[in-house]
Amino acid sequence: MSEPILEIRNLTKTYMVDMGLLKGKRPLRALNGVSLSLEKGQVLGLVGESGCGKSTIAKLILRLEEMTGGGILFDGKDVSAINRTELARRIQPVFQDPYASLNPRKSVISIISLPLRVHKVGDPGSWKGRVEEIMEIVGLVPRLKNSFPNQLSGGQRQRVAVARALIMRPEIVICDEPTSALDVSVQSQILNLLMDLRKDFGLTYLLISHNLAVVEHMASRVAVMYLGRIVEEAETRSIFRNPRHPYTRALLDSVLTPEPGLGLPETHLGIVYPNPIDPPPGCTFHPRCAYAQGRCRFEAPVLTPLYSSKVACHFPL
Amino acid sequence: MSVLLEVRGLHVEIPLAAGVLKAVRDVSFTVNRGQTLALVGESGCGKSLSALAVMDLLPPRARRRAEHLHFEGLDLLKVSTRRMADLRGNKIAMIFQEPMTSLNPCYTIGNQLQEAMLRHRKVSRKEAQDRAVFLLEKVGITAAASRLRQYPHQLSGGLRQRVMIAMGLMCGPAIIIADEPTTALDVTIQAQILSLLASIQKEFDMGLLLITHDLGIVARLADRVNVMYCGQVVESGEAREIFGNPLHPYTQGLLGCIPIPGKTKTGEHLGSIPGVVPTPIGDLKGCAFRNRCAFLSNACTAEDVVLREISNDRAYRCFLSPETCEQNLLGRST
Repeated sequence: MSEPILEIRNLTKTYMVDMGLLKGKRPLRALNGVSLSLEKGQVLGLVGESGCGKSTIAKLILRLEEMTGGGILFDGKDVSAINRTELARRIQPVFQDPYASLNPRKSVISIISLPLRVHKVGDPGSWKGRVEEIMEIVGLVPRLKNSFPNQLSGGQRQRVAVARALIMRPEIVICDEPTSALDVSVQSQILNLLMDLRKDFGLTYLLISHNLAVVEHMASRVAVMYLGRIVEEAETRSIFRNPRHPYTRALLDSVLTPEPGLGLPETHLGIVYPNPIDPPPGCTFHPRCAYAQGRCRFEAPVLTPLYSSKVACHFPL
Repeated sequence: MSVLLEVRGLHVEIPLAAGVLKAVRDVSFTVNRGQTLALVGESGCGKSLSALAVMDLLPPRARRRAEHLHFEGLDLLKVSTRRMADLRGNKIAMIFQEPMTSLNPCYTIGNQLQEAMLRHRKVSRKEAQDRAVFLLEKVGITAAASRLRQYPHQLSGGLRQRVMIAMGLMCGPAIIIADEPTTALDVTIQAQILSLLASIQKEFDMGLLLITHDLGIVARLADRVNVMYCGQVVESGEAREIFGNPLHPYTQGLLGCIPIPGKTKTGEHLGSIPGVVPTPIGDLKGCAFRNRCAFLSNACTAEDVVLREISNDRAYRCFLSPETCEQNLLGRST
């Protein structure tokens, strides 16, 4: 095992939520002690339902928000001790919605060259050349450089977002649902591009997605989150062959592949996702779990190694 | 099997500054009682507009034209606006994509559930309320009676979509049109909502017109499929046939784009369709897919392609023979 490039240790994040007039505030624990490590050149997939805290992790790594507790080490150094500009140069995000993440009033060339201007890299004369180079790499024709985001298709916009993230040659790219807003034929174009870029530039990805088929295709390791905790983490192959946590199993069953005759899966998950302000006691998954027993209702399981995985469950499958 | 909805030669045109946008071109389909027909395609292919045209709910500037548009023997091209309003939410129900925007935030769930029934049927408030509670329980919502007093924002996305389904069922419709019913939901909830739709359809023996971009959903839920591209139906047939033996290069390409755990190899390239969907404005001679097609020939540019029927229930819009198409498919997978 090589040295981790990014290490997340016991990360917590608590938001104070306004409960309404005169009702005061209550804590919402979006992250409840998450530990993860990302090795150089690896693709780590992070999956879970909406509201489980996956995007919060991305925000904390990028320091768009401050953590409540725990720590994030980048290359062995605490991120809060690293200069923000330097961090932004080495870790870059690609967000879900290319319609929202690009400034509609800036041209493509101006959007892609912004990092160069912010970091004052080289002399301004070389910027145009660098933008054209990266546009070619991500598959954008040069004539688009004076276009505005509203003149581009969804796939082209996402390519602009990728180009902007890569122009500073970062070490880590955080892809937060990079293809959820795209059509399937465009999704495969972007996924292929991301895979090629990883090889060519030796990038490390943190891939956040609710689409397990995409994660299986891209990631080398997968971490499954539920209500601010990691419930299972393993190599992609083993998690898809032998899911140990009942929740992982249910998520895998829910993937609808285009294979007629298989019918619709029965996930036994119950219909209500718990309110994160009032998480259930014990194992937070127990109200939806088909295998829950008495112990699950009052004792929270911890993430423990099991074969090649790590699972937080009293009765792993 | 009785025919509920029969659409033949449907066109929708939207005049724009740049010219007339031919959003739907010569689309035909039939929905039978107890059957699910899926209209599937990427954004902008005209699948939603086709459904809205059937309901006469097109945006003001859009023009509808059809050879034949019958619902339970009634000619929808000739009915009055008032008669059409009597059908909507009554015999034809619609479930939209985003339950938050299609429910009114200012009214309670109960109020909105009962509205359609009070409009269409001569029933008392009490009867409508009983029906609402019955249906909320049917769609798996607990404490149904107390939910009637709640507002949409108090419910989660999955619950709201269940309320939408219950609302569609209030008047006992013959057909449900579901436009991307689960796109806004989590995968785990998606499977549940689809199972619910399927079981309710079976129980009440309704027709279901399912509109989606997700081939996974189509494969698991639909009996028949119309694949749409650029306003046209490019391939139609039984779901099993379409997925087992896709003929049109677009359908083949689309299926090759989807990662399938256990089948596609991790880290390897997925199939992809180069280029983007063209905008159907102006002169549309030739095959709409030709610029993205790997099997382009001179005929594709020179002539319009007709929907070729190869059996009773199977058609595709391509010059290539079925045998050549099958060979192309084999070429793709190796």
